[in-house]
This record gives sequence, C-alpha cells and structure tokens, in this order.
Amino acid sequence: MTRSLAPRAFSFSRLAIYSTLLLACALYLIPLIVMLLTSFKSPEDIRTGNLLSWPAVITGIGWIKAWDTVGGYFWNSVKITVPAVVISTLLGALNGYVLSMWRFRGSQLFFGLLLFGCFLPFQTVLLPASFTLGKLGLASTTSGLVLVHIVYGLAFTTLFFRNYYCSVPDALVRAARLDGAGFFTIFGRILLPMSVPIIMVCLIWQFTQIWNDFLFGVVFASGDAQPITVALNNLVNTSTGVKEYNVDMAAAMIAGLPTLLVYVLAGKYFLRGLTAGAVKG
Amino acid sequence: MNAINRLAAVISLASLLPLSALAADPGTVEVLHWWTSGGEAKAVETLKQQVTKDGFIWKDNAVAGGGGAAAMTVLKTRAISGNPPAAAQIKGPDIQEWGALGLLTELDEVAAANQWDKLLPAKVAEIMKYDGHYVAVPVNIHRVNWLWINPQVFEKAGAKVPTTLDELFAAADKLKAAGFIPLAHGGQPWQDSTVFEDLALSILGPKGYHAAFVDLDEKTLTGEQMVAVFKTLQRLGTYMDPNRAGRDWNIAAAEVINGKAGMQIMGDWAKSEWTAAGKVAGKDYQCVAFPGTQGSFAYNIDSLAMFKLKNDNDIKAQNDLAKVALEPEFQTVFNQNKGSLPVRQDMDMSQFDACTQKSAVDFKEAEKGDGLQPSMAHNMATTLAVQGAIFDVVTNFLNDPKADPAQAVKQLNSAIKSAK
Amino acid sequence: MSTVATINKASPFDALQRWLPKLVLAPSMLIVLVGFYGYILWTFVLSFTNSSFMPSYKWVGLAQYARLMENDRWWVASKNLLVFGGMFIAISLVIGVLLAVLLDQRIRREGVIRTVYLYPMALSMIVTGTAWKWLLNPGLGLDKMLRDWGWEGFRLDWLVDPDRVVYCLVIAAVWQASGFVMALFLAGLRSVDQSIIRAAQVDGASLPSIYLRIVLPSLRPVFFSALMILAHIAIKSFDLVAAMTAGGPGYASDLPAMFMYSFTFSRGQMGMGSASAILMLGAILSILVPYLYSELRNKRHD
Repeated sequence: MTRSLAPRAFSFSRLAIYSTLLLACALYLIPLIVMLLTSFKSPEDIRTGNLLSWPAVITGIGWIKAWDTVGGYFWNSVKITVPAVVISTLLGALNGYVLSMWRFRGSQLFFGLLLFGCFLPFQTVLLPASFTLGKLGLASTTSGLVLVHIVYGLAFTTLFFRNYYCSVPDALVRAARLDGAGFFTIFGRILLPMSVPIIMVCLIWQFTQIWNDFLFGVVFASGDAQPITVALNNLVNTSTGVKEYNVDMAAAMIAGLPTLLVYVLAGKYFLRGLTAGAVKG
Repeated sequence: MNAINRLAAVISLASLLPLSALAADPGTVEVLHWWTSGGEAKAVETLKQQVTKDGFIWKDNAVAGGGGAAAMTVLKTRAISGNPPAAAQIKGPDIQEWGALGLLTELDEVAAANQWDKLLPAKVAEIMKYDGHYVAVPVNIHRVNWLWINPQVFEKAGAKVPTTLDELFAAADKLKAAGFIPLAHGGQPWQDSTVFEDLALSILGPKGYHAAFVDLDEKTLTGEQMVAVFKTLQRLGTYMDPNRAGRDWNIAAAEVINGKAGMQIMGDWAKSEWTAAGKVAGKDYQCVAFPGTQGSFAYNIDSLAMFKLKNDNDIKAQNDLAKVALEPEFQTVFNQNKGSLPVRQDMDMSQFDACTQKSAVDFKEAEKGDGLQPSMAHNMATTLAVQGAIFDVVTNFLNDPKADPAQAVKQLNSAIKSAK
Repeated sequence: MSTVATINKASPFDALQRWLPKLVLAPSMLIVLVGFYGYILWTFVLSFTNSSFMPSYKWVGLAQYARLMENDRWWVASKNLLVFGGMFIAISLVIGVLLAVLLDQRIRREGVIRTVYLYPMALSMIVTGTAWKWLLNPGLGLDKMLRDWGWEGFRLDWLVDPDRVVYCLVIAAVWQASGFVMALFLAGLRSVDQSIIRAAQVDGASLPSIYLRIVLPSLRPVFFSALMILAHIAIKSFDLVAAMTAGGPGYASDLPAMFMYSFTFSRGQMGMGSASAILMLGAILSILVPYLYSELRNKRHD
C-alpha cells in the first residue's frame, strides 16, 4: 500500500513539505485546543487571560455543569442514532446492489432522482414530513425521528454502495447467476463479504450526520426525548449575566466526543473505504 | 401450576395492565416555551411545582434560540402533525392567527370560575380572547420603554439622568468623554428595533406611534417625523459599542451592571439581570421611562395559549395549568424573577421593588388615555410579516453608518407594503 | 421465442427472482417519490398561494415570486451564497489537493496527521459555529490575543463588519471541510496507476509537472465527488450561519437556506418562503442535471 513518487532522503524540499504539513496541523488544531483550554478555565480566567493561555487554575466545574445540563440527553442521541444508522446503511447496501448489478428500465432515472434529493434543503420538508408522521401516528416519537433520518440518509448511503459495487467486476456476479445463485445469495455470499470498507465509510458518514443533526431533532423529538444537539443549543443560546464560555465549550466537547472518537479510531478505515471505490464517480 | 392456571394468570395480568395504566394516568400537560435563562427557568420551575402538586404530570418542552423562532418552528410542525402540545408560549396577534386555525381550546369555564374578567385589565383580556372566548392565559405585562442607568457611572462622568432626548445625548457625550461606553447594546434585529420603537414613541408620541405601527398609516410612515426617528437612531448608534453585532441583551446589561457602560435601552426583563447580580432598584441602579415617553407604556405580554386536546385527563391538567398561572403565588414568583408586572389587578405590590411599583402606577395612568401601546418590536402590534419587514430595514440601517435616513423611510414604507 | 418460452415455463420461484430487484428497490422508490418529490411538489404549489402563517391554498399566481424579486434581503442572501459557496468550494479544493499531494510523499506519522486534518468534519456545524464565533470575536478572541502578544495595530473585526462577515463563514466552513477533501484526494492518489508515473519519470518530467499534467487530470471523478459534497455542504450550511452570526450584522451574512427558514417559520410568509425554496432548487437543478446526465450516461457503457 505504501508507495511514493519521491525519494525518502533528506532534502530541502522534504523539509518544506514537513513544515507545511505541520503548520497546517497547528491551524487545524487551534480551535480544538482553544475549546479544551477554555473548558477547564474559570470564567474569571477567561476574561483576563487570552485564548491560548494555560488555565490559571484547572477547574472541572465547566464540565460538571455541562454534563448536568446536556448529559441526560446523551442516551437519547444514542437511541436515535444507532437504529437510524444501521437501517439506512442496510437499505443503502441493498439499493446499491440493485442499482449496480440488477439494472432495469428506469433504475438509472431513479438513481438520478435520488442523487438530486441529496441537495434538498431539509428546511423545506419539515412541514410536509410532520404531516406525514402525524398521519402515520408517529408524531413526536423517537421512531418517527429515526424514520426521518433513514429517509434523508438514504441518498448518500445508496450513492456510496452503488459506486462501490460498480467497481466490482460484472463477471463475478454473472458466473454466480449461471450457477443458479439467487438474488439474496449473491448479495450475501459474494458482495457483502467484500463490502467491509464501504460499510465502514457509510457507518462513519451516517453516524456523523445523524449524531450532529439539530433541525430534525428539534422538530420531530419532543421534550425529554430530544437529542443532545438540541440540549446543546438550549445551553449555548441561553445566557444569564456573564456568558459561561467554559460550560459552553465543555458541552460542545461532550456533544462532539462520540463522533470525534469515531473519526480518530476508525479514520483509517474511512480512508481505506474511500480508496476502495467510493470516490470513483 | 398447570397450563390453564398459568394461562389464566397471564390473561388476568394482561387485562390488568391497561387498566392500571389508565388509573395511574393523572393527565399530562406539555408546555412548549423558550423561558430558559436563569430567572425565567426559575419562574417556570414554580409553575411546574404547582401543577405537579395538584397531581398532574408536567412535560417540559423548552426550545431556546432566536427569541422563540426555534420554538415556533416546533409548534407549527407539531400542529401540522395533529399533535400540538397542551400549552405554548404564544402572544399578541399570533393568538388570533392560531385561533383562526381552530386549534385553540376555550377556557371560559376556568375563566368564569376564577373571575378572570374582574382580575385582568380590559386591554389584556381582549388580547387573550379569540371570537369572544378566552383561549390563552396571560402571565405578565412587560414594559418595553425603559432606560437602565448605572448611577455610579453617571456620577463619575458627571452626567445627569435624562428626561428628554436632548438630555439623553448630553448624558451620552459626558459618558463618552469620561471613557465609558455610553449605551450598552447588542446588535440583534429585535434589539435594534426596540431602540427604534422607543425613539418612535418619543418623537411621534403615542398617537403617531399607533398610526405608524398598528394602523400602518402611510402618511405617518413616510412623514418628516419618521425621518427624524431614523436620524436620531443613527446618531444614537454612534454611542454604541462598534463590536456589538450578535451580542445577547443580557451580556449588554452586564456591561452596565459592571460599570463598563452607562445605560441601556431595554424592556423591564433587564431587571432580572440586575436582581441576579444582587443589585437593588433605586439604589444600585435606576430605571426611568425612555426619555420623552413618560406617561406612555409600550406593553409586551407573555401568555400561554391552550390547544385542543383529546384525552380528558390531559384536559384537566391543562385547565389546572390555566388556573395556576393566574394565582397570586405564581404571579408573584414569576414576575419577581422576570422583572415584569403581574397581570392580576388585585396584587399586593409591596412585595415588588421600586421599578415594578413605578411600572404599575404608570400602567394605570397610561390605561386611561392613549399611552398604552402595543410593542412593535415584541410582536404585539402587527403581524409577524410586517414586523419582520420593519426589522430588516431598521437593523440594516443601524449597521450601516453611512445610511441615509430619508432613503430608509422610503424602504420602510415599501417593505411594509409588500409584507401586508 | 425461446425467451418467451422460458418465462412461461418459469416456476413461481423464478418469477419472484425476476421481480426481486424491483421489490427490494420499491420501498426506497416510495420514499423518494413521497419524501423528496411529493414534498417538493407541495412546496411548489404553496409558492403560488397566499400561504402566510400556515399553509393555505388560495391561488395568487406569481405574486410571491414578484415580492421575492423586490426583496433586498433575498438578493443579499443570494449574493452571499455565490461568494460563500464559490470561495468555500475553491479554497477547500485547493487546500485539500495540496495537503493530499504533500501527504502522499511517504510522510512519517501520516495516520496521525491525516486524523488531525479530518477531525473537524466530525463536529457538528453548531459546534464549529460556536467555536469560531468566539475565536473571531473582536475584543475576546484572536483579535485580543494577537494584540496581547504585542501586535498593537492588529484588528480582526470581520465578524461585525457587514462587508466582510461572509469571509468569517468561509473560514469556519473551510476549516471544517477541507480535511475531508484531502481524504478524498488522498484516496484517489492511492489508486492511480503507478506505471504511468514511472514512465513519465523516466522521460525526465519533474515531480510537480507529473502531478499537474498526469496525476490530477486522472482524478477527474474525484474532483466531481468532492464538488458534489462541497456544494451540498455550501447549500445546506444553515446551522453554521445560525450558530455563528444568525445572519447578522443586520442581515449581511444571510444565506438562502436561512432566508427560506425564517420567512416560512418565523415571519409567517410561507408563500414567499416556498418561492425562495423553489428558486434554490431550480438553481441547484441547473448545475446538477448536466453533471448527473454525463455521469449516468458514462456509467451505462462500463
């Protein structure tokens, strides 16, 4: 896998490359460092010190306060995200399979329509979607919210799998068909085992999208079933007296921790999956 | 145990379950609101305690952000899905809009039993009714046209408490010369429009104000006096912090409290910040009517509108909420925390501080003549569409130091026309 | 003839097999028809009505579009989208490609560096907006820090400057998405056929020119994927604006998605909000359809 065009000897150009990369690292990290530092400062410290100064006294009060306000919503987000991610990935895999291996008249058109759907601004669907959910008896329920996430995640999951399966040689499937293998047998025996990289991409993408969603969460979940992003918004958008930036930042970190962890731990699968075909058109 | 016995046990258990669930269902009242900041949250907590004490379940649905904009989105989607909350924070002309959709429930029984007609000022009762029936319960009366002053800062700068616009500018000059921010302000559309509205009330007078923002009278909107309002607004803008964009009102209030700024133009909810900081009205801070609006009272009334429900127990809980919201106990705690005036006319005002007492006197006074006017910036005077159009023009004007007042008046008029 | 015969003779099981692909796709088709196009149609209908507070179906023709055209705020929002979208996509692409190429030079600790570039994508726009709002806050953030460090004349007040606030949005959005573009291109670079490059090297071409002339042009599909994802983010960057500027100062940093939302939900001008949504979709359509057409036509031949 590792290969390169450049020799690995030291040279001036390699120094330049490394310094550019490291400088970029610093720029990307600054906001995170500032958030972390701030979350451990006292409000007094924040006013007098500057962004990158080390906390005068490291205090966990911001984190405790933040957890007290948004912590309870953490599990709501888990309950919403896990089923939505799993189901939309599964549906996307099946759709991608049909759209790449079992094309029929109109399947390309359907794919085009689906892709265009990616670009639909979600604000436009709030009212009709809530009307539909009301008719289905799912208004203000977690299942309703999960359904909405599945529906609007479908475009991207299908896109990922379809592009991935398009790079699988047709001959493989054709041979299996001649052997009398059925639709699901081919999917389960041949395609699914080789789909691990793209499944990872899809899971990571969907997990990030759904965990971070605010709009659907605030509209379709009610009261104590709200996801953590809604609680975060309530906290950040409310201030009494002096704005408690340490609490805001700690809460933002708590809300972002799961997705950050996923990116850090599974980041290499993400790249591997992209390399394996997700980016090919 | 044999199979039949086991089966019987299962069946009896199963049949018991829904029954016990029913018996244990004391009725739930879901309240959608955006009272999330410190004092407000405390006030809501008292309401919740009352309702819970009466044996009902309180389901809190707080959505902060955008002065209730996010909460309104939630409410609209909930209404369209046929599943509205029991009560929602809706006010002013919006109550009529929701009433016209046939979604609000009549509260006449609760109102009659608790003599709301006697308790509430006529003007307030009128706003709470749709088609002659009570559909909402008011919780407070805010006065918008206040000026908040830090007397220590004024003293250091040698400034005098202003009663006219000229005196306001004189005081601002003194404050500026002494190195203070003369006017604490947050650059959000509604705050910009609050200042604009106070200026209009001061320059046009209550009658002119009514013609401009309630009747949307073109002659008043395009008149010389309206140009003067914009000119004064522009001048006032030069006394505000240039870094104010997007700042919350309570952060601006904190600047006055901490002595960084001299004054703030804001409704009486600003007092909750002073109270939270442990300051005493009349001693640590002063509240005066916005210069030139003495005798006028621009009101902003918070209310909870009640939606039609199906479940009988939930309706009982809803009625209880309506009743409790007007009881003296809640009115006292809520308004002490929020800085506003109780809506009940029979309250003992000695439990409130100097500012609220003054507000109560001014309200009675203003009620007699034309002085009692609905606040435009707080969605009491006109539709949301027209209000939004005014907001756009005003906030754009105040954020462009080179803007032309005469041009702004023309824009205001055409924007209102197109939004009507 | 023979095919017809096999169909006739087909067992119910075979018939099921023939219909299975369509059956499997059917739920998604239903979802797309209702959840995407049904709702678009509904919005389209509303844009011709006088819907104000709630949907109503009184026909007013093109009046809402006419009002929209007269609205100054709409034009500010549209212009902002062009500036924001254009700069965001261009800068993210340039940074993403550059970092990917540099990272492809057998870098030690590549995995760590990659993760650092990629992590902003994991955060929600609300978190990004909150963090950058604070960093760019004049008097509190970078502005103050650099002056504390002795850079006396330094002023960074773009966030409160109506003419420059949109650049603040660009900075935050580029920070968030450029690492993702880097990942896409790095993946692309890893799948480039090595023999072509070696041949060029033998011919004596320099490394930069190999990248510019041979490698990057061969990554055309990656460019398109990146463009799709970036355009998608640009059009939907509602949360970012809401958290960072709320459209201010004034409405100088408004974007069409924000405009549409506030007119539909908080302003009680649903007809006009719908009209703006339809115009947005129209604009997306005019950019997207040619691309989709060429993409899908090519695919049919492979």
